Amino acid sequence: MKIVACIKRVPSTETTVRISADGKSLDSTGVEYIISPFDEMALEEGLRIKEKVGGEVIALTLGTADAATTLRTCLAMGADRAVLIKDDKVYQKDPYSVAYALSNVLKELAPDIILFGKQAVDDDNSQISAMVAQIMKLPSVNLAVKIELNGTQALVHREIEGGSEILEVTLPAIFSAQKGLNEPRYPSLKGIMAAKKKTIEEKAATFPAAGIETIKMEYPPSRVPGRVVGKGAEAVPELVRLLKEEAKII
Amino acid sequence: MFNSILVIAEQKEGALRKGAIEAISEAKRISGNLSAEIVVLVIGNNLKDSVKNPAFYGANKVLVVEDANFDNYITLNYTKAVLTAAEKTKPSIILFSATTSGKDLAGSVAAGLETSALQDSISLDTASGTVSVRRPVYAGKAIITSKALKSPAIVSLRPKMFAALAADKSKTAPIEKLEVTLDDVSNKIKVKEVKKSDTKKIELTEADIIVSGGRGMKAPENYKILEELAGLLKAAVGASRAAVDAGWRPHEDQVGQTGKTVCPTLYVACGISGAIQHLAGMSSSKCIVAVNKDPEAPIFKIANYGVVGDIFDVIPALTNEIKKHQS
Repeated sequence: MKIVACIKRVPSTETTVRISADGKSLDSTGVEYIISPFDEMALEEGLRIKEKVGGEVIALTLGTADAATTLRTCLAMGADRAVLIKDDKVYQKDPYSVAYALSNVLKELAPDIILFGKQAVDDDNSQISAMVAQIMKLPSVNLAVKIELNGTQALVHREIEGGSEILEVTLPAIFSAQKGLNEPRYPSLKGIMAAKKKTIEEKAATFPAAGIETIKMEYPPSRVPGRVVGKGAEAVPELVRLLKEEAKII
Repeated sequence: MFNSILVIAEQKEGALRKGAIEAISEAKRISGNLSAEIVVLVIGNNLKDSVKNPAFYGANKVLVVEDANFDNYITLNYTKAVLTAAEKTKPSIILFSATTSGKDLAGSVAAGLETSALQDSISLDTASGTVSVRRPVYAGKAIITSKALKSPAIVSLRPKMFAALAADKSKTAPIEKLEVTLDDVSNKIKVKEVKKSDTKKIELTEADIIVSGGRGMKAPENYKILEELAGLLKAAVGASRAAVDAGWRPHEDQVGQTGKTVCPTLYVACGISGAIQHLAGMSSSKCIVAVNKDPEAPIFKIANYGVVGDIFDVIPALTNEIKKHQS
């Protein structure tokens, strides 16, 4: 089984966003980067599938040279190979360009299973997995919370609003990871040492014309400073009065 | 120039979803200055009233894809339906509601048209003859303005950010069946089983009021005091990451950067300290009430009304007080 987990290097979720001088991107000074949490689940699932049925797990990313650090973490977690599609201006690329560049390399790699996180926690676009599926004409299931393999068939449990579905999919196919799929492992010391010896393959990106463009980035409107109504149950009548008369909600 | 606006209206068991009504309403609002025709596409099986009702909100025409292949959301099949409708209507804009399947579909359709979707938009501007939107990134820690460079523009609208028009039940629109030829690859995926956990459950992203509990709830059984309050307010029950990671609540209830971003009229945060990831997911709520025993909890910095105290005293008292007001 050949499995590719597509991952993205993103600012840690603890990051306080500062807007850079160009007025349309994040100021990366002092920002700590991580594997997008849902992508980490995608990689973990790839590793678990390999542990069950054998095969190879490849971590793939489209990023700047810095993304090699992130791939190194993937290797330390247990990925067999890592491929970096390198582009210095990747953060200005729109989702279709990203999906297109990934698809070109994915076609070469020809995996049985392609895994994504359900969204990257930076630009929250939630569309790359569906785009790659469309470009490569592969079946896809978003929001997977359980994947069971039976030969070239997969039974995939998907979270839907107010319930769940089980889909039967013939490989090759694309799945996107939702929270609940698994609990990603930490890299072991042995894994970290082994990762240092592995090489990260580099590929050049090919991009189509962009479909959308970011014009500016702003801070969200600030909220009125918080106000404490009182302490304990005694404060409740006043709270309800405010919700009724001032906020006019209940 | 704008020709027509194609709205993909999501339905659930034969009824238009709130987000679909909001999207049709927004199409109606922007069509005013564009003089564009509004075509609504409804996809599914056993569609009932959902094909008749788009007219109430401004649809000029309804396209219907209705057969067993569309009973459940399958990206490939739904994408083919939308691309077929787009081929027929040649729209300038395709609008979706940014639900979980809405965003997936918008992305797939965008790729089919060699462009990108403007996802989860909180405002839409067509005044200058181009389509631009504002949308939150980093789970709401920043807002970006993006514009479409290709036509049609593919836009998904965040639920609850666009007002729904009042239904005018005297309005009708022609309903036309659309034939969709699925690609062979569609045989490679099918839905085997659907489990409905709770059909009456109010979806967090659609809820007007959310009562949410965090680490301070101490144990899963304690959520019943929140459920009682939520029942009274017709609210959804949410949870912080700490509560979900502890296994007290299902993943789908999580609010925050790795959960759902919500913007209800009222958000009641109970025993939630207010980690930056949680605040990102709920700080666009119109009114925030926080109950926490730690007066230094960051949640109090953004709460319109804070009560410092033990949730196990304050929440039952709040439930009683609201009962009094309601009777």
